[in-house]
Amino acid sequence: MNSSSTQLVLVKRMGIYDPFHQVNMWGDSFKIDGSLNSIASPMLMMKPSMENKTDCTPNESREPSGDDRDTNDKADSKAQRRLAQNREAARKCRLRKKAYVQQLETSRVKLMQLELEIEKARKQGLYIRSAVDVSYMGSSGTINPGITLFELEYGQWIEEQDRHNEELRNALQTHASEMQLHLLVESCMSHYSNLFRMKADAVKADVFYLISGAWKASVERLFLWIGGSRPSQLLNIIVPQLEPLTDQQIVSIKHLRLSSQQAEDALSLGLDKLQQSLVLNIPSDPLVVGHYGFEMAAAMDKGEALEGFVNQADHLRQQTLLHMSRILTTGQAAQGLLAMGEYFHRLRTLSSLWSDRSSDPSFPTQHSN
Amino acid sequence: MFQEKKRMHYQVEAAAAWSYYMRVRSMEEDQMERVARLASQSAVVIFSVSSCCMCHAMKRLFCGMGVNPTVHELDHDPQGKDMETALMRLLGNGSINTNAVVPVVFIGGKLVGSMDRVLAFHIGGTLVPLLKQAGALWL
Repeated sequence: MNSSSTQLVLVKRMGIYDPFHQVNMWGDSFKIDGSLNSIASPMLMMKPSMENKTDCTPNESREPSGDDRDTNDKADSKAQRRLAQNREAARKCRLRKKAYVQQLETSRVKLMQLELEIEKARKQGLYIRSAVDVSYMGSSGTINPGITLFELEYGQWIEEQDRHNEELRNALQTHASEMQLHLLVESCMSHYSNLFRMKADAVKADVFYLISGAWKASVERLFLWIGGSRPSQLLNIIVPQLEPLTDQQIVSIKHLRLSSQQAEDALSLGLDKLQQSLVLNIPSDPLVVGHYGFEMAAAMDKGEALEGFVNQADHLRQQTLLHMSRILTTGQAAQGLLAMGEYFHRLRTLSSLWSDRSSDPSFPTQHSN
Repeated sequence: MFQEKKRMHYQVEAAAAWSYYMRVRSMEEDQMERVARLASQSAVVIFSVSSCCMCHAMKRLFCGMGVNPTVHELDHDPQGKDMETALMRLLGNGSINTNAVVPVVFIGGKLVGSMDRVLAFHIGGTLVPLLKQAGALWL
């Protein structure tokens, strides 16, 4: 074809053997400017030079044909030149468009990968980020190693908890043996013991951090009671999911519900008194400088007392779980543990969905209409 | 003569040291006895400190169950410090909260322990029978 041969000639004369290299160059300027006009100008610039070059060869071949055919030939050749150049331009435009679309595709893939990475990092780093938000990077700017360790361990604990849930679900669905269920229940219970041990260490590191529930997912914090779940709430989650209970079990569970409720109320009242005494100790007159040290020392004592309350609350939670496991059969215990694990898993999922919703503006919300 | 005086001096010193030791021991035993005596005066006895919030929680727990406990505020007692030491000896190192000694609960004159023991018994369902046995609770 005439156009392709001329194109090859042009390319060789410009000293660029790879036509796509040209296109990529144009593609780059596309990125900077994002408009066709910027591409058009180098094209226009090149056109005159191309015209000169195309002029050279045809004129040489036409000279001996004679003057009477000159004007027709010139008009023809001009038209042909223009057509050829138009074809050229169109072809190059198509190539540029193709390159642009390819770039878009690769960027899209990169973006998806980055989003996945951020999601992963966010799940790990969310705990660390929330610790930074809660101002204990605050005044001193130092990171509490005990709390950092707790957050790392808690992240791992969550992952293992999900695995336990899976195992329990499989075992119950496939009607595993009593022995297998017993083993699973035991490992699940010791997993919870690990959590309480971790929390005890975290309480020593920073009780205010633990009691704030900053380490928990956002929806979980709705149900926060002294740095964790209410034992009576745990019973409400577990009991409906159990197989038909014997009369004796029903009675025992009723007593357990009552005693855990009474214990919760007592601890809550004690904590209220602690909060009141803490506020009373803070000097109301900011100009009074002298006694500040004394009040701060009293406040430190209250902090220690707070540790006691969190420890007792965790102790209560652990005792409730322990006693529940004694009341129930192995199968029921497995069902109960699965129910509990599922419940918290759903709260965590809901939390991450909610945070996606609030960070993604295109998500349909009630306010967008 | 001088050696005799010296010997007598040592003997007097030794005797003085021994009697001091015996007095301290008896004081401690007095306090232990006092604690035991106070503990057996009522069905439920709580040794507390008025400013301690965990003690407040303990009191509310028993009141919430319908029990009327006898409370001894150690900070209002002239021998409170010694009693606190005696209680610490009785408890040993078993409790969770190792900073504060109080609250300490006796039911039916027998030591139950700190808040963690009381909670464990209550959740385990053995606290109410214990209270009924001591006559602190009626049906």
